[in-house]
Amino acid sequence: MPNKKVEIDAPDWCKGCGICIYRCPVDVLELKEGKIAITKPDNCIGCEMCELICPDFVLKVVEK
Amino acid sequence: MANPDINKYYRRNKLPHIWCPGCGHGIITGAIVRAIDQAGLDQDKTVVISGIGCSGRAPGYLKFDTLHTTHGRALAFATGVKMANPELNLIVITGDGDGAAIGGNHLIHACRRNINITTVMYNNSIYGMTSGQFSPTTPTGSLATTAPYGNIDTQFDVSNLAMAAGATYVGRSTSYHVRELIDLITNGIKHQGFSFIEAVTHCHTQFGRKNDLGGPMEMMEWQKENYIPVKAWAKLSAAEKEVKKTRGLLKEEEREEYTDKYLALIKQVQAGEEKNG
Repeated sequence: MPNKKVEIDAPDWCKGCGICIYRCPVDVLELKEGKIAITKPDNCIGCEMCELICPDFVLKVVEK
Repeated sequence: MANPDINKYYRRNKLPHIWCPGCGHGIITGAIVRAIDQAGLDQDKTVVISGIGCSGRAPGYLKFDTLHTTHGRALAFATGVKMANPELNLIVITGDGDGAAIGGNHLIHACRRNINITTVMYNNSIYGMTSGQFSPTTPTGSLATTAPYGNIDTQFDVSNLAMAAGATYVGRSTSYHVRELIDLITNGIKHQGFSFIEAVTHCHTQFGRKNDLGGPMEMMEWQKENYIPVKAWAKLSAAEKEVKKTRGLLKEEEREEYTDKYLALIKQVQAGEEKNG
């Protein structure tokens, strides 16, 4: 299995809804000043849920 | 497995979109894009068509040949495109107001004809863009701008409608169950005939606010609790079945496709004329 991690692909499109935080099973993401931030990248298991659930196409899970 | 090149399907210069923060429409639009990718459609041979409403905005953000048509008529335009160019892949995006109310007739006849079009209905139970009037899928008793004392209409189950009208592939999932939604749309695209996918979503801005259902997360939790896989639903008590709804693949059957029938007829008539002429 390749090692996959979330990254913020389009930070300007984030509307700060927090749905990715709600669906992330391992507590990787947090809102900072109304925008999404990756605060615990080591937790990321690359499940892609945040990418699939983000309504604003902000997040991407990529091979690292 | 997500394609790292998924961005090629978006008109990135048109984003961010106009939908509210946390709107499920973005989740469904992302699911459609991934389904198109998974089904392996040629981007230059795929046409995405919508009507009017919040859902109608989706094709504007998608890098395909797209049509943003008149209210309720997306399927009429799509039928024309498909009949003229049967080799094209047709995706129709509609809403519960657009596709079940003003466009209800187009929907039932597209189902009846079994024309090879994949229709995704963004069902948020309300007219969101025009400030929250009740739609055919608004639950009985719910509040809306036009039902300040509660909606007295009987709620339409649009998947049942599509099945009864003759659609040969029908599936339902929600903005919470995004992986299932992607798979249903992918298989709907691959299906030869009319596919209808009901994508249940949350409109916290209009429906949620008026009915005190909370924000997007609370409404998605509600979907999680109340939409049950078909097999598990069948085991519920009669009382539970009144409240909970099915999700998953609801119908799949084979029947001759409409453009195939039409081309066969043309061939048959032309052969006859040659013989007679």
